[in-house]
Amino acid sequence: MTRRLSYREAMREAMHEALAGDPRVFLMGEDVGRYGGTYAFSKGFLEEFGPERIRDTPLSELGFVGAGIGAALGGMRPIVEVMTVNFSLLALDQIVNSAALFRHMSGGQFSVPLVIRMTTGAGRQLAAQHSHSLEGWYAHIPGIRVLAPATVEDARGMLAPALADPDPVVIFEHAGLFNVEGELADDCKVDISSAKVRREGRDVAIITYGGSLPKALAAAETLAGESIEAEVIDLRVLRPLDTATIAAAVAKCHRVVVVDENWKSGGLAAEVVARIMEHAFFELDAPVARVCSEEVPIPYARHLEEAALPQPEKIVAAVKGLLG
Amino acid sequence: MIEFKLPSLGADMDEGTLLEWKVGVGDTVKKGQVVAVVDTSKAAVDVECWQEGSVGELLAEVGQKMPVGTVMAKLLEPGETAETIVGTPRVLPAGRAGATAAAPPPRRMISPAARKHAQEKGVDLDKVTGSGPHGAVTLEDVEHAAAGLAPPAAVLPAADKAGEMRRAIAAAMARSKREIPHYYVAEDIPLVKALAWLQAGNAKRPMAERLLPAVLLFKAVAVALKRYPELNGYWRDGGFVPAERINLGVAISLRQGGLIAPALLNADAKPLTQLMQELTDLVRRTRAGSLRSSEMSEATITVTNLGDQGSQAVFGVIYPPQVALVGFGRVTERPWAENGELKALPMVTASLSADHRVSDGHRGALFLRELADLLQRPEDLDR
Repeated sequence: MTRRLSYREAMREAMHEALAGDPRVFLMGEDVGRYGGTYAFSKGFLEEFGPERIRDTPLSELGFVGAGIGAALGGMRPIVEVMTVNFSLLALDQIVNSAALFRHMSGGQFSVPLVIRMTTGAGRQLAAQHSHSLEGWYAHIPGIRVLAPATVEDARGMLAPALADPDPVVIFEHAGLFNVEGELADDCKVDISSAKVRREGRDVAIITYGGSLPKALAAAETLAGESIEAEVIDLRVLRPLDTATIAAAVAKCHRVVVVDENWKSGGLAAEVVARIMEHAFFELDAPVARVCSEEVPIPYARHLEEAALPQPEKIVAAVKGLLG
Repeated sequence: MIEFKLPSLGADMDEGTLLEWKVGVGDTVKKGQVVAVVDTSKAAVDVECWQEGSVGELLAEVGQKMPVGTVMAKLLEPGETAETIVGTPRVLPAGRAGATAAAPPPRRMISPAARKHAQEKGVDLDKVTGSGPHGAVTLEDVEHAAAGLAPPAAVLPAADKAGEMRRAIAAAMARSKREIPHYYVAEDIPLVKALAWLQAGNAKRPMAERLLPAVLLFKAVAVALKRYPELNGYWRDGGFVPAERINLGVAISLRQGGLIAPALLNADAKPLTQLMQELTDLVRRTRAGSLRSSEMSEATITVTNLGDQGSQAVFGVIYPPQVALVGFGRVTERPWAENGELKALPMVTASLSADHRVSDGHRGALFLRELADLLQRPEDLDR
């Protein structure tokens, strides 16, 4: 059996299941309690689970992420919600220097079974300071796992294995996806280790993740109308990258466009391209193309913001550029 | 050693596909000789070479798509031979044995997958024509070669051709409106004297040599431009560069849609009969798709003449990097007041679209006045 629900509802269900099923799980972050979550992911949780387990925090990412690490070290399974990746920069020291390193620094004595969730991405006219896509920065760090659920299924299914992971997991939820609806199987089980083929094709592989996935699928649909069959790969897990699936797509299609809302310079797409060079160079029939955000602060004005971000038309143009 | 490069045959051309070489290695090339036929997005164009020499090496292959500026061939200058070139240390790196006459040609673009596949199948890549971006050899090219098939067609089918033309026009016109601050002026010009003079002259000519009104209009534009050099030239690198000659780009619509504006060269200096012959020839060759590169790239201003099926006036979009466009509407009989009298006269509305970075409306208006005056003395235009 399947049923239809939104990304937001799926994420809420996943957290509800975790809270109801494991007394060690609790939720902490700005406005998660009385307000019901900035994006209404935890609506009604305070009434149901009480203030001990649904904890509103002060506006101090450094403080409450650190508290989450401490709780995880003490045996709890915290879900820490950082409102957006933009504010997570204040908690970088906790995440990079503490959470990611305790296992190593303690010689394996400590583990930090912490889940940090945050919203990422642009596209809603929130201006430069609220529109960053910095998941590539986190994917740079050994010691943490980085997830980017882009489908309702992953929104529903990724949290449970993330909580079961003995090491820190950072989950990036793209703000443009929250109202996306999809079919969900009742027995939804997903892994947090592999990339997935979201559309089969043979002429070109479009490799993407997160908020760019629907754009890549739209581009593939347009291309299909012109007899160009694009395969769409959803990375899902940004660290560690599933190199085997990427290399298999290159071997199948021989042409690749990487779509990533990060900026190009030093971004995640650059890493994907480098992996292709290392693992699938002789399968390439054209240079790998990238469609990323323009290297500017994300503009506020709608038309400029749209122009700055990857769009289906840009993806279509990049694909055609590879086909001669 | 002369490098013959793919010329830009218009502001909207970024790359071209070699359709045919008209010369072979060892042939002598004269200045202005057609050496190759290149497919732009608009037409198959005969490309001329403007230097003299003999063909040393042909680098571009038929079917190859290449960006503007690609070295297509190497010519030996008079007195040079392949051997003297080899002996010239500045061209050839020392110690490179068995090299060709020039610096090593750029490494051919062959995709990694194509190279690997060619090795597996024992395909000689030197014999494979590339159909990928910039003429790169792709996996498909090697597969075709391995199967003993012809290379995939590099020349676009007709339907795609129309799309290419549309895209090329879109790019040039969008650039024009983005970059050029146009101003527009117009003038109604009585043609009663001009048409009477043409009619009288044509009565004495054989049918094949009769003059169309259009040719008189074009000649008048060319003559008027001599006193308004700021309308004849190019905007380049942030400044105006006046043209030395007056080459009228004549907008010619194509039956399959779209248009091309090849040039009537030195239009101010040619008698009307010659101009008429050249115009007829130009229209015929444009529609047949056999234009020469100089005609495609050397227009210094564009003239659009709507003719009998047009509207009364036209305000055109300048073709960059040109700085002006003259438009003629349909010749119609209209009321005209002169010396306190109202008459019905054949009239044409002439318009000027010009680049305000280079000229001002006042000068533009004077130019149209001059054009109107010249058309009142048609006999003076036949020189």
